[in-house]
Amino acid sequence: MTLTVERPTETVPASPVGTELDALAAAIADVEGLPETAPQPIEAAKTELHNLVIINYSGELEKTWAAMLLASTAGAMGMQCKVFITFWGFQNVIKDSKRITGRNWMQKMMSVLQRPGISHRKLSKMDFLGMGPWMVYRLAKQYKDATPKELMEIAQSLGVEFIPCQMTMDLFGIQRTDLIDGMGEPVGAATVLGLIQEGWTPLFI
Amino acid sequence: MTTLEIAAQVDARGLSCPMPIVRTAQGIKPLQPGAIIEVLTTDPGSQKDFVAWCRSTGNELVEQSVDGAVYRFVIRRK
Repeated sequence: MTLTVERPTETVPASPVGTELDALAAAIADVEGLPETAPQPIEAAKTELHNLVIINYSGELEKTWAAMLLASTAGAMGMQCKVFITFWGFQNVIKDSKRITGRNWMQKMMSVLQRPGISHRKLSKMDFLGMGPWMVYRLAKQYKDATPKELMEIAQSLGVEFIPCQMTMDLFGIQRTDLIDGMGEPVGAATVLGLIQEGWTPLFI
Repeated sequence: MTTLEIAAQVDARGLSCPMPIVRTAQGIKPLQPGAIIEVLTTDPGSQKDFVAWCRSTGNELVEQSVDGAVYRFVIRRK
């Protein structure tokens, strides 16, 4: 039984960790060569990672507001910014004047139940059949806050690109003519993930 | 107070975030590099916002002052 007591002391590595890593670093340097200049990660990050991709998934008024506010500010900051419109986000980019969208009765029914258009968004809390948004818009007017619709138009004018999701367009039977002017070609998730791989900062709203 | 020749002025008084920045970005666009733009705001948040905006866009924040509730920024276009 005395063996079990002695065992831990035998498994402790004989050499300190530091020297092991030194040996590893020397081995890597042998294979890859030493770096020529000292890396400057902070400067690189400052100049490269200033692209933003907002994945606009929600169609609730407060989230739409946040997405459009960030998009327009990104445009004003000179950042390259794209807004990927998917699922309920489509309700933000369907023309306000469009009442019914969809090809079959189910798609049409969905648009009837939930009126599309950025000016017709509902609050996720305290909507009270439109009373909540009415008050929010009134307060926004009082404090001279830009509305989501204004922010979206500003974002577009500042070069922010709105790109629709092909899969959602098919699912809801949304046509290109239903969407606001100036939208990009419909794309898929791979395009967005490709941007993220390139170093674009993603926001999921 | 200043001898700088102001090429354009943005009056963003009464507007709230992010409109002062947005209006400035729109106002500075048609100017020549090196031209000066003057911005007036009343949004307290704009004090820090304009510093951040200038740092991020590369435009130079030449002057920053407060007169009562009005904030004044003088910016040189990159």
